Amino acid sequence: MTVPEQADPPPGDEPELTRWRGTATDPEADRSRAEDSSPEAVQRLRRLSRTLLADLLRPHRRRLAAAVGLLLTQNAAAMAGPYLVMVGIDRCIAPLRAGDPVPLTAVAGAFASAAVTEYAARRGFLTLSARIGQAVLLDLRQRVFGHFLRLSVGFHERYTSGRMVSRLTSDLDSIAELVDGGIDSLVLAALSILSVAAILLWLDLPLAAVTLFAFPFLFWLSRWFARASAGAYRRTREAVALVIVHFVESMRGIRAVQAFRREPRNQRIFVALGDEYRRTSLHAFRLIATYSPAIKLIGNVTVAVVLCYGGWRVLGGRTEVGVLAAFLLYLRRFFEPMQELSQFYNSLQSATAALEKLAGVLDERPSVAEPARPVALPAGPGHGELTFRAVSFGYRAGTPILAGLELTVPAGQTVALIGPTGAGKSTIAKLVARFHDPDTGTVRLDGVDLRDVGDADLRRAVVLVTQENHLFSGTVAENIRFGRPGADDAAVQAAARAIGAHDFIAALPDGYATQVHRRGGRLSAGQRQLVAFARAFLADPAVLILDEATSSLDVPTERLVQRALSTILHDRTALVIAHRLSTVETADRVLVVDGGRIVEDGPPAVLAEADGRYAALHRQWRDSLV
Amino acid sequence: MPAENDGNPAARVAAGPHPVHNLWRLRHYLRPFAAEFAWLLVAGLAGTAAGIAVPLVVQRVVDGPVARHEPGGLVQLGGLALLLGVVEAVLIFIRRWVQSSSAVGMEAALRADVYAHLQRLPTSFHDRWQSGQLLSRITSDLSAIRRFLSFGVFFLLLNLTTYVVVVALLVHLHPALGLLVAASAVPLLLISRRFGRHYHAASRRMQDQQGDVATLVEETAQGLRTMKAYGRGPELAARFAGGARTLHDTGVGKGRLMANTSALLDLVPNVTLGVVLVAGAAAAARGALTIGELVAFVSLQLMLIWPVQSLGWIIANGQEAATAADRVQEVLDTPPQIVDAPEALVLPRDAVVGRLRFERVAFRYPGAATPVLREVDLTIEPGETLALVGATGCGKSTLLSLVPRLNDVTGGRITLDGHDLRDLRLDSLRRLVGMAFEEPTLFSMSIRENLTLGRPDAGDDEVRAALALAQADFAYDLPWGLATRVGEQGLSLSGGQRQRLALARAVLGHPALLVLDDPLSALDVHTEALVEAALRRVLRGSTALLVVHRPSTIALADRVALLDDGRITAIGRHSELLASVPAYRALLAAEPPAGEPPPAASTPDGWGLVRS
Repeated sequence: MTVPEQADPPPGDEPELTRWRGTATDPEADRSRAEDSSPEAVQRLRRLSRTLLADLLRPHRRRLAAAVGLLLTQNAAAMAGPYLVMVGIDRCIAPLRAGDPVPLTAVAGAFASAAVTEYAARRGFLTLSARIGQAVLLDLRQRVFGHFLRLSVGFHERYTSGRMVSRLTSDLDSIAELVDGGIDSLVLAALSILSVAAILLWLDLPLAAVTLFAFPFLFWLSRWFARASAGAYRRTREAVALVIVHFVESMRGIRAVQAFRREPRNQRIFVALGDEYRRTSLHAFRLIATYSPAIKLIGNVTVAVVLCYGGWRVLGGRTEVGVLAAFLLYLRRFFEPMQELSQFYNSLQSATAALEKLAGVLDERPSVAEPARPVALPAGPGHGELTFRAVSFGYRAGTPILAGLELTVPAGQTVALIGPTGAGKSTIAKLVARFHDPDTGTVRLDGVDLRDVGDADLRRAVVLVTQENHLFSGTVAENIRFGRPGADDAAVQAAARAIGAHDFIAALPDGYATQVHRRGGRLSAGQRQLVAFARAFLADPAVLILDEATSSLDVPTERLVQRALSTILHDRTALVIAHRLSTVETADRVLVVDGGRIVEDGPPAVLAEADGRYAALHRQWRDSLV
Repeated sequence: MPAENDGNPAARVAAGPHPVHNLWRLRHYLRPFAAEFAWLLVAGLAGTAAGIAVPLVVQRVVDGPVARHEPGGLVQLGGLALLLGVVEAVLIFIRRWVQSSSAVGMEAALRADVYAHLQRLPTSFHDRWQSGQLLSRITSDLSAIRRFLSFGVFFLLLNLTTYVVVVALLVHLHPALGLLVAASAVPLLLISRRFGRHYHAASRRMQDQQGDVATLVEETAQGLRTMKAYGRGPELAARFAGGARTLHDTGVGKGRLMANTSALLDLVPNVTLGVVLVAGAAAAARGALTIGELVAFVSLQLMLIWPVQSLGWIIANGQEAATAADRVQEVLDTPPQIVDAPEALVLPRDAVVGRLRFERVAFRYPGAATPVLREVDLTIEPGETLALVGATGCGKSTLLSLVPRLNDVTGGRITLDGHDLRDLRLDSLRRLVGMAFEEPTLFSMSIRENLTLGRPDAGDDEVRAALALAQADFAYDLPWGLATRVGEQGLSLSGGQRQRLALARAVLGHPALLVLDDPLSALDVHTEALVEAALRRVLRGSTALLVVHRPSTIALADRVALLDDGRITAIGRHSELLASVPAYRALLAAEPPAGEPPPAASTPDGWGLVRS
């Protein structure tokens, strides 16, 4: 497999390969607010991730206790092996020589039961721990996903979907890897280390004392490794997120990539990002490549020392050969898991880093928060009054879009917003849909501050239709039903008919059951707009906001949509960010917005008679019709 | 809405002639590391040998100095054990150090190749495949392959060797007992085979489901604003919960398989040890075996526990790698259908006259029952601007996508100056075509990078000219100018701003062919007039094909073609068609049928109104 034009970048190329991303307007663009490289932030994140872990494990306390019980049993049974070997050698051979098979038979029986116990306990433990682990994963996955859904649009615009994908796939994978392959080995290793230490002390105190000399080294080494690898894995998580972000975006924009021949450049960027990921992973792996043999070295030196000292003690008659043999066997059980399972320690560190990232996301507070004590919107028809009181808002500090906006829209009124690009029309729409909360002032619906309205209640009352008409994978009918999940097929079809989308949907291969392929790939932009309209129609909200929603329709279709709209808008409050004066003409009221303020306000007929901007527009339009 | 499964067509069918066939095909990724791999094996084997030697030294100590009460030899043997121990540690260090670099190097190379291949695969492939399935292939699948090819395969070899050597030593020490230990390999083999088979299926299922979940996540991230606008968080969360639960169930199943097998794999050596102990003690009692030999035998045999215990993990690892390799090869095995012909031409910009002809062009999306385009005959003369008009969803955008060969015609041909497009080098053709899609595709990177996409060498003047033409000078006023990162898909910009950037990208460097899909739909009137004037100048030097929805934009075109039911049903000047073709009139008449509100008209200010 050859890769076009992706040989190693020339050395001088490096800065160029990082510059492509450009500078984000928000310095926090790449991370959740909890993530920061300062030591305090690292500490905080670690604390958060521990709290999260404890929280995740809490519901499984009983199972965990059972698992620990099984593990202890398994461990005890496993530990019995070398001890029985010792007994077998020291206590059974002599009686056997004397013709007494009882001790050996007893040892054999004990051995058999130990083996069976170990089998049963291990099987039980592994099954149970897989259950716990998977349950924790499921819980975590859903928590993080749910939290992403709760976070505001503002957060997502800076965090990017690729990074969200990375958190929910790669980070969770690395935790899953630990759950799948290592958690038992880790716990078992820790347990056997402790129990072996106890047994050693009990077997021969002086010999054990010699062994204990190794402990400070082990401790120091492990602490070094834990610290160094925590940092290293944190960096791999960040590096892999960038790889995923780039991958997701370039696959999504593949048509532009191919049409504009971006493949070679993409390849170089991808290789550079992949190389950074490779470098950070390599660093992490090299830490383990140092740690693991160092543990081995300490173990081997200890064995040699124990061999000499123990041999000397046996010579002096202070201990028995069997004890020495058992001692050496136990030592193996002591160091072997430590060394070989450093592999899994690796997974642990990787999973810890991933958990920290997820804890950071979970710690992010939605800037548009669900109220603690939601106030119900008044029920029944005839509602939908919108009021803006002294509303100021800006996407970036220092650049206000709206400054002290005052506006009242009575229930049932259709209001057209016109004004130049950047005037704040879409911002007004987004504030009503509560994608953002105002910096100061309040937006009220039927007298209730939107901040106090529960999300479900608000979404029933207010729907925003924009240019981007996202279709989720599933059938056309399911996508329309997105507006009102309980709706039956007849209601879905009625909505499509009302908006003029029925004919094209019926002509699709499977009609309403046609799968809209990946992100609606097979439907044209105009068809997607129609589906989106049908969706909004079905949702039947008290307040409907249309933000440049008809741009991709041909003229007859648009006319159809407009006719439908005039029926739809008849008895509800509507904000229409208008493209065409024809729409404006049918509105009850026109607002001319400029620089975040309303500069003209009145019924179209009245404004047309006045001497303002709308009147000028209107005159030109009238003239052009002649 | 359930996750659809069609994004992964070849998948979910038992793959390949042999479970590890596809994994084996990846072996050449190890070739650059062949020398390192040899080192690895040597160091690994030597390290293991040193490890095995230690119990033998122990035997000497017990049987020698201890049994004979000679303290003299003790120190030497202790020293030997120390030396062996140090050698073993150093060898492990070398092995691991080397191993880590080859592992990640191989993974990075494979990832780069998959990415390169995906970039070559046509848009029809990307339409068909779920993005999450592709993502999970380049992340978790590649990691699984990396884990196995670097660690798993190595441990498999090492552990097998350890097993064989230790068993041989055991046989040498005491043939009868040794053979007994050797016989324990039979149940091990049976257990492993059974486990491997079951785990293979589970692992594939898991990976596919991971891809499904990744798709769900990506799609949700994409549709986040729509989700927010309708407050459908709970529904999407429930949908995700379904996927997550499936993953959970598969995970639990895998865990159970692993638990059963691991426990069995543990039981076998334990039982063997017990039998050896009893038989050994009996032999020692008869004097057929020294106590030292028995101790050595048992300690050696304990060395078998780890290799056997790890067998479950290694097999699981291997199966995961095998199914991951299947999944990766499904992508790599998909041939890119849109490729250069063997002797494809390079057409320099200066040599292009610019006559674009569609000759009986037909196009059908793969898997679709009916063609979108049936028989399109159309000639666009050099320098001419042709507007394509048709009802929503009639295939206008599809027709445009044929020009830069994002899709290939399924019938007929398209020629540029008489050359079939398929006879031109893809790279050369796409260099000649400037394209703007119906939805402006922007990436979360700097404005400049978004504009220059495939032409990182474009000069500042060229960029400035393109931005000026598209009335997109606002880019210079952003906080960091052209270095400002536009948010994902440019969502921090207004629809009109996005469209102007996309237009600037299309006209950058004056391409010979301009293919613009409804390029002015989201512009406000004032800007539209300015863009139109500038565009008119550019269009004079290029052959252009525009998709147009509004009469106002048609003014840009020399001629208009009406696309209906996959054919060009009328072609001519706007006024002619308006007069003579009812279907055209229905589509583009400025004056609506009686009794309806009149359409908007042109307004010279930048007030967010679009002319119609």
